[in-house]
Amino acid sequence: MLKRRLTPVLYLREGVMVRSELFKIHQIIGSPVSHINRLVEWDVDELILLDISPGLETYDLGRDDHGEKGAGSLLEFTETIARTSAIPLCFGGRIRTIDDIHVRIRHGADKVAINSAFAQTPELVSEAAKEFGAQAIVISIDYRVIDASARVFIRHGAFDTGVDAVTWARRAEDAGAGEILLNAIDRDGTARGYDTETIEAVSQSVEIPVIACGGAGHQSHFNECFELTSASAVAAGNIFHFTENAYPRAKNYLRRKRTDIR
Amino acid sequence: MTRVAVIEYGIGNLGSVVNGCRRSGVEPNVVRDGDELRRAECDRIVLPGVGAIGAALEHIRERGLDTELHEIVVRQGRPFLGICVGMQILAEHCEEYGRHDGLGWIPGTVRPLAEKGSGLRLPHVGWNDIEPDADEPLFRDVVDRHFYFVHSCALYCPDDLVVGRCTYGERFVCAIRKDNICAVQFHPEKSSSSGISVLRAFFQS
Repeated sequence: MLKRRLTPVLYLREGVMVRSELFKIHQIIGSPVSHINRLVEWDVDELILLDISPGLETYDLGRDDHGEKGAGSLLEFTETIARTSAIPLCFGGRIRTIDDIHVRIRHGADKVAINSAFAQTPELVSEAAKEFGAQAIVISIDYRVIDASARVFIRHGAFDTGVDAVTWARRAEDAGAGEILLNAIDRDGTARGYDTETIEAVSQSVEIPVIACGGAGHQSHFNECFELTSASAVAAGNIFHFTENAYPRAKNYLRRKRTDIR
Repeated sequence: MTRVAVIEYGIGNLGSVVNGCRRSGVEPNVVRDGDELRRAECDRIVLPGVGAIGAALEHIRERGLDTELHEIVVRQGRPFLGICVGMQILAEHCEEYGRHDGLGWIPGTVRPLAEKGSGLRLPHVGWNDIEPDADEPLFRDVVDRHFYFVHSCALYCPDDLVVGRCTYGERFVCAIRKDNICAVQFHPEKSSSSGISVLRAFFQS
C-alpha cells in the first residue's frame, strides 16, 4: 500500500531559516543546519526547502559568483543534505529557467517546486517535465479564500491572479507537472488546522498527487486532513521546528490511527 | 575492495546514488561515457536514472554507453544494478511520451501504470511496501519493506525474471534479476536503511 507522507517544510530567507505567518511575518530562527540534522535523524518521509528570499526578479541562485548573501550557500547546503542523508528532497523558490532547475537537481534536489514562473512562463513546466520527467516538477500553488473561492496568488502572496485553485491545478497537470504543493496563505502559521475543503476540491480535480500545506497546529490536524481529503501528503513547517520531537510524535500518533503511514 | 562504477549521463540527481554507495561502504567511480566506463575496469556497475525514458536513452547512446555496457554486462557478465529509469531502459520497448527502443537486455515493455482518466494518481510517489522473493540475495538484509518510489511507468516482463513486486493500482514488477543483471524500480538511495541494505547486498554479491 502506498503510504501517505508527512512532510516537513523549511522556509529559508537569504540563507537563514525563518518562521512564516500569513506569508508576512518572518521571525528569523537562525541557521537551518541543526534543524535539518534533526529531521534527518527522525528519518522523515521527505523534505521540502522553500527559498523565500526577496528580490525575485534580480536574484539568480544558479550563479554563485554574484556573491548574493546566502544564495550560493543555499545550494551548498542542499548538496550537504543530499550527501549526508537518504531523504527525498524538494527545493523551491526563485526558479525561472531550465538552467535554474538543472542547477538545483545537480546540487541534490530530487524535485523542484515552481510557483510564480508557472504564471509567467507556463511553457517552462512542459519543457522541464520533458527534460527531467514529470516526477521532478512540483507546482506550488498559494491561495487565499476570498468570497468562498480559493484564489491563487503568486510572487509570495503579493499578486492576485484572479484564477481559482482548482483551475490552476488542472492547468498545472495539463502542463506536465508531477505534483501539486497546495498552500493556504490564510492558514500559514496560524495552527488552526488544514483547509480540508479546498484541499479535497483540488485533489479531486487532478490525477497527480497533492501535498497539502498550511495550518497544522496539532497532530490531530494531520489525521483530519488524511481523513477528510485524498491528499497524498500533508506538509507543515512551524509545528516540526518549534515543538519538541513533534515529527516522531506525530508519526507515532498517525501510525496508531491509520495503516497508510510509514 | 569492490570497484564500483556509477554511470552519469547528464540527467537526474547523481549525488544521492554516490552518497548511497558511500553509506554502503564503497567509494564509487563516476563514469560519464563509454571510454571512461571501459577504463574504469570496475567489477560492479550501477546505472541510476530518474525522469523521462526517451531523454535517458538518448543521453546513453550519445555517450556511447550503450555499446560499452552491452560489452561488459551482457557479454562479459559483470554484475549490474539498474535503478528506476536505469531499469526501464533495459526493456525492448518503452512507451512514454512516444515509443522508444530500449536497450533490449530484458524481454518486455515499459508502459504507464494507468491511462489518464483512470483515477489512479500518477506519478506513483512515496513509500510503498514491496513483496520480495524470499531467496533473492538483494533483499536478504532488509529491515522493513518500505521503499521510496517515484515513477509513472512500470516494466512488464516474463514472470521468471521477477524477484519483487509492489502494488499501486495493480501489482507491478519492482525488482528483476536475469543472471548478473538486476534492477529495481524503487530508489534504494532514497529508501533509508532498507535501501542501503539493498545496495550493500549488491556490492557484496
